[in-house]
Amino acid sequence: MAERAQAEKVAELTRVTRHYKMGTNVVRALDEFSFSFAKGEYWSIMGSSGSGKSTLLNILGCIDRPSSGSYRVRGQEVSTLDDDELSNLRSRDIGFVFQSYNLIPQLNVLENILVPLFYQDDPPPDGEERATKLAERVGLGSRLEHRPMELSGGQQQRVAIARALVNDPAIVLADEATGNLDSKTALEILDLFDELHAEGKTILLVTHERTVGQRAERTLRLRDGKIDEVLENRTGVKA
Amino acid sequence: MKGTFGRTVRLGVHSLLLHKLRSVLTTLGVTFGVSSVIAMLAIGEGAAKKAQDQIRQLGSQNVIMRSVKPPDDVVSGRETTRISSYGLTDSDFLRASTTFPGVKRAIPVRQLQQEVRLGMRALNPRVLATVPQYIQVTGRPLSEGRFLSDEDERRVSNVCVLGYEVARFLSPFESTVGQEIKIGPDYFTCVGVLLPRVPLGSDQPQPGADVTGELFLPLETGRKWFGDVQVKIRSGSRDMEEVQLHEVIVEVESPDNVLLVASAARHMLASQHKQKDYEVVVPLELMRQAEETARTWTIVLGAIAGISLLVGGIGIMNVMLATVTERTREIGIRRALGAKKRHITTQFLVECVILSVGGGILGVGLGLLIPLYVEKNYDLPAIIKATDPLLAFGISALIGIVFGLYPAWRAANMDPVEALRHE
Ligand SMILES: Nc1ncnc2c1ncn2[C@@H]1O[C@H](COP(=O)(O)OP(=O)(O)OP(=O)(O)O)[C@@H](O)[C@H]1O
Ligand SMILES: [Mg+2]
Repeated sequence: MAERAQAEKVAELTRVTRHYKMGTNVVRALDEFSFSFAKGEYWSIMGSSGSGKSTLLNILGCIDRPSSGSYRVRGQEVSTLDDDELSNLRSRDIGFVFQSYNLIPQLNVLENILVPLFYQDDPPPDGEERATKLAERVGLGSRLEHRPMELSGGQQQRVAIARALVNDPAIVLADEATGNLDSKTALEILDLFDELHAEGKTILLVTHERTVGQRAERTLRLRDGKIDEVLENRTGVKA
Repeated sequence: MKGTFGRTVRLGVHSLLLHKLRSVLTTLGVTFGVSSVIAMLAIGEGAAKKAQDQIRQLGSQNVIMRSVKPPDDVVSGRETTRISSYGLTDSDFLRASTTFPGVKRAIPVRQLQQEVRLGMRALNPRVLATVPQYIQVTGRPLSEGRFLSDEDERRVSNVCVLGYEVARFLSPFESTVGQEIKIGPDYFTCVGVLLPRVPLGSDQPQPGADVTGELFLPLETGRKWFGDVQVKIRSGSRDMEEVQLHEVIVEVESPDNVLLVASAARHMLASQHKQKDYEVVVPLELMRQAEETARTWTIVLGAIAGISLLVGGIGIMNVMLATVTERTREIGIRRALGAKKRHITTQFLVECVILSVGGGILGVGLGLLIPLYVEKNYDLPAIIKATDPLLAFGISALIGIVFGLYPAWRAANMDPVEALRHE
């Protein structure tokens, strides 16, 4: 892992705790969690249900904040940012892919892909071109005008991936991105992630399935809000 | 920024179209509210203007004394012939012109009961015998020819001036000026025709007159040919009436003195007449009353309109709150993808405003139809000011904003993580 220390740290967590108070009980979804993800890495995050995977991903994606500890995105400390600045950061640096696709039903494919740019303070002038290219890239170039309802699950997830890429984010975060798909479609989506990784994207993929987790370069295993183990996936399929 | 806003509006329309029926039903409250505002303003304005016009025709600087037939004291079943004598007298007229303070002039008017005929056409208009100044005091405009002159009065000439309706009835296509009009048994030369006037609410058609309309003769001519006694045939009895003057119009120098002259007239008549065979009409007082009535109506109608707008607004708020809950997940997605709170606020506010303004536009349409309908079927004029639809538009936009603020605020302040987890 020597080369990891050299690479630029895209996301850096230092003693991050996220707890939930349930009456008198305190649930520590993340407990003094310290770790950093470097540029261009492809990680899968695994662990039993309730181990804190989603919590970690939400904090990494800046839709949730640590109860304590420090989180830096590209060196920028997040805990001091206000709501608008966090939103800015999300629209510029984060790409989300969800388990249930989460496309916006009243928008067509192209419009859905464009949503993150819509919320940028100064969106790039070539947004539509970029979105169209991405749609072609994920194999939906002929479906730009279609509504999500008219697409299969796999196609919807492709749109979601295109949407996660449109702002050229620092990190792509995927929470159970293949969880709702049949195995063949899941493999196609994973191939897409492989391609993105080959292009140098930083990808964090939460999954329950070992076979999926092993597609990533490395696996981070959580238990009770802490790091359980870190694995190098030599079996990782990489052309 | 402009492009962003345009897209937000388009997005709002898209979202609303997902539930067309619901959106349309939601706008109905505002539609009815706005249409009642428009209708209220138009009808209120029209009614006020009509009242003002009618009163202005009487002359706001005038005080009008009128003869009124006192109630019959004997009603007999048999055919009777009797003379009843009542009303204003020449001496009332003299007192009015000489003893009232601040009077510019006083005009005597006698009303005769005569048939008017030209060729085959005949009618019973109000035949008024009066002096040339009548036209200045009442401000009635001439359509053609001239009004009565001092010369006519001095010579007691057989001339007459026709009201517009009478002239058109007698001679629909040709001018009546210069023609010989038969009034009762005699012929009078028509010298002029007046312009039509808005029918006065207080002008009850006289018994026996089948067309409202007027015809004017010189005062002295009227006295010479027709005397003071008139015969009215009514429900089997022949009533002879002796009335010296039917009306005395007193023109006051300055508007400030109108009420003073009115009370002087009431005092004078009360002391001179044993029975109440007169009335005093003060257009200025009527105008004030009409204004008061119009204001009351405006308040009542305004309250109704306000309530329906309020109900409409609450309807929008209710539906928007439901929409926000229903779209919690969408809100979560948008927040996760970088939407700021104000983006979410704007999105829902825009939807509210589209709903309410949509309702407002429908309301303006409906609100313009109601006055048209009323005008056609109830003979009430309606006046639609160009600013009314703008006002309604503004009101409905305001309602959308006011009643949309809370739902929009709720939407914007959802926790993104919670919202994303929402089913
Ligand atoms: N909003 C919340 N309120 C209270 N407790 C919460 C909340 N969100 C998460 N937790 C708790 O935090 C812990 C970690 O939850 P998290 O969702 O991160 O688990 P996970 O690893 O994603 O599980 P899964 O594999 O089932 O998705 C769990 O014990 C959960 O009960
Ligand atoms: Mg989870």
